[in-house]
Amino acid sequence: MSHSVLPLAERARRAIDDRTLQQALRTATAELARGSELTRGDEDLQVARREAARIRREVLADLDGWLDRLQARLESLGVVVHRAATPEDARRIIVAIAAREGARLVVKSKSMATEEIHLNPALAAAGIEAVETDLGEYIIQLAGEAPSHIIVPAVHKTVPQVAELFNTVRADAPPLPADDREALCAYARQELRSKFLAADLAVTGANFVAADTGTILLVSNEGNARMCTSLPRVHVCLMPVEKVIPRLADAGVLVPLLTQSATAQPLTSYLSMITGPRRPDESDGPERMHVVFLDHHRRSLVGTPYEEMLACVRCGACLNVCPIYRRIGGHAYGSTYPGPMGAVLTPLLSAGEEGRDLPDASSLCGACNDACPVDIPLADLLVRLRADLRRPGPPVDPAPAWPTPTRPAPPPAPWPPPRSGRWPRPRRLAFGLWARLWASPAGYRASSRLARLGRIVPSKAWCRVPLISGWAAGRDVPLPDSRSFHDRWAGRSDSPW
Amino acid sequence: MTSPDGAATSGGAPPEVALFVTCLVDQLAPQAGMATVRLLEAAGCRVVVPDRQTCCGQPALNTGEPEAAAVLARHHVSVFEPFETVVTPSGSCAAMVHHWYPRLLASDDRWAERARAVAGRTHELSGYLVDVLGRVDVGATVDGRVTVHDACHGLRTLGVKEAARRLLAAAGAGIDEMAEPETCCGFGGTFAAKHDEISVPMADDKLCQAAATGAGYLVACDSGCLLHLAGRRARTGVGPEPVHVAELLARTLP
Repeated sequence: MSHSVLPLAERARRAIDDRTLQQALRTATAELARGSELTRGDEDLQVARREAARIRREVLADLDGWLDRLQARLESLGVVVHRAATPEDARRIIVAIAAREGARLVVKSKSMATEEIHLNPALAAAGIEAVETDLGEYIIQLAGEAPSHIIVPAVHKTVPQVAELFNTVRADAPPLPADDREALCAYARQELRSKFLAADLAVTGANFVAADTGTILLVSNEGNARMCTSLPRVHVCLMPVEKVIPRLADAGVLVPLLTQSATAQPLTSYLSMITGPRRPDESDGPERMHVVFLDHHRRSLVGTPYEEMLACVRCGACLNVCPIYRRIGGHAYGSTYPGPMGAVLTPLLSAGEEGRDLPDASSLCGACNDACPVDIPLADLLVRLRADLRRPGPPVDPAPAWPTPTRPAPPPAPWPPPRSGRWPRPRRLAFGLWARLWASPAGYRASSRLARLGRIVPSKAWCRVPLISGWAAGRDVPLPDSRSFHDRWAGRSDSPW
Repeated sequence: MTSPDGAATSGGAPPEVALFVTCLVDQLAPQAGMATVRLLEAAGCRVVVPDRQTCCGQPALNTGEPEAAAVLARHHVSVFEPFETVVTPSGSCAAMVHHWYPRLLASDDRWAERARAVAGRTHELSGYLVDVLGRVDVGATVDGRVTVHDACHGLRTLGVKEAARRLLAAAGAGIDEMAEPETCCGFGGTFAAKHDEISVPMADDKLCQAAATGAGYLVACDSGCLLHLAGRRARTGVGPEPVHVAELLARTLP
């Protein structure tokens, strides 16, 4: 049984039992969470948070319109624009470009969107080698793993584990020391340099893309995004649709907010801004550029309570502060995007095909809400998803086919969702009956007296009742008191407590 | 109404407070409910207990059954709307009324406004005493040292953090902060039973941090967290006694 098909609880259990993983998670997330805490105290950034929320919502008010304007601008720069409704479409488009260009070697800068569409296996199947050039991504690619954090993909690995991995790959060379970060980085840099020089094509994601200028913005700390977009002769940018921003000037608000929330940096070491392919008077940059708009059910979220999720800038702050993520790490979620944002996004992007159990893996503590730089109410969305995933199928209705003529904004969806005509599932029936019983004081009192009878049931027997057994696995079960508060209150006048 | 010296509320009759005891306290921790009454009375309130009250509906909402939650929300609103002030010894149940009732009943014309009204008049106990009444010293005495767990919904949804600490400090307790007082203890309602493999280690983290302070009590303003922590402590013996802030204070009220 492969890891990802195990139930979520079992994956979580394994992660919690993995002492090396626990150590790595504790150190790294505590460090990262301190960063986003600094951000929350910064007055300027509070202003930026509000401004960012406004910009993102300006986009969502007319997403298809902004995409049309961006496409026109990109095409005027000589960029070829593709629209991918599904991950399959996006893979097919990118593999076809690589094949047409005769590419044998593709370099990639860190992109969660390419993870989302599972691009690397598709390139490999077409006989094209893809090399990740972000150090963290490079490490996990060598290890044959997926990112466990959207910003720090190898956060689950310790330095000695990385040394061991590198030494396995370079078996013939003298081993690298297990604790020398600089030596490990130097090795990776040397390996990657030759890949940059030999690559025919680069695939990147995009942090933001400005509709007024057609500029792609990429933040990185290693300069690998710039190498990718300068050296190979073809550049393909995979851009989830919500990455469009109205104006390049908006980046002045959004980029520092992203970098502060992600890694507590006012600005990353590199901010690459790419506006079209190489011009005749320029000495570097790709000869040809493609931008692939990726929908993957994002557009179906517009006009629903979940459209808030399209404001996400992928900073990872919600992961760093999430007590669940900090305990189980990213892999246990079994999805491309982990943590609170992943638990919301996964069932939405997959239209309910994946991650239906993820919204339950939250104590709803709300630390993610506070950490989010664009004020997405993640905990509320998890509560809503728990309801909207009750019925089989997608949590929201699919969007009209794409590309579409402009459509009127749908009316706000009522919530709780209207009753479907289906026969209620047992849980729904049980809660419905319970609510009706407890909406009557007599019903509540009767069940309270009945619960008191539970005191005579041996506690071992309780442990066999579903849910109570989960509680009893690690905790004593609290039994109803022999006199409820209401009993005590009623008797208070005779015998003061 | 607030008086800076914390002595008494200005003029007239004592404030009438309707106690929303919560189903959890009613059934499983009635002593915390009685302590809440004593604390409110010590602060000069006249406490009434509407006897038609039941449950706020949070278990249904968090299990993904908002319709059932809305049934209980309507009942709760009808029970508590006659009262000017509603106080509850649970940050989480107060947050349910505050945050979710207006959302749950938003599309119900007959109830939306009533839900908003009750939400606006519902307070968590420590926040009510300190931030609304301005009472910090209620005449209680707590010997020794305590550490405070910030229960999530009181902290993040209602923004109540310092109130419990100020009440405890005024009673003479020394407060030893644990490393991460604001990190969730792992209760989370049905999460505690559904994902016990995550919830229980989270309780252990909280209890270990509390133990490291050397404090004699682990104080919180939410009985859900406290039952979870006490249930775990009963198994492991790690950490100080988890106790509701009202109970600890009321133990020594004259």
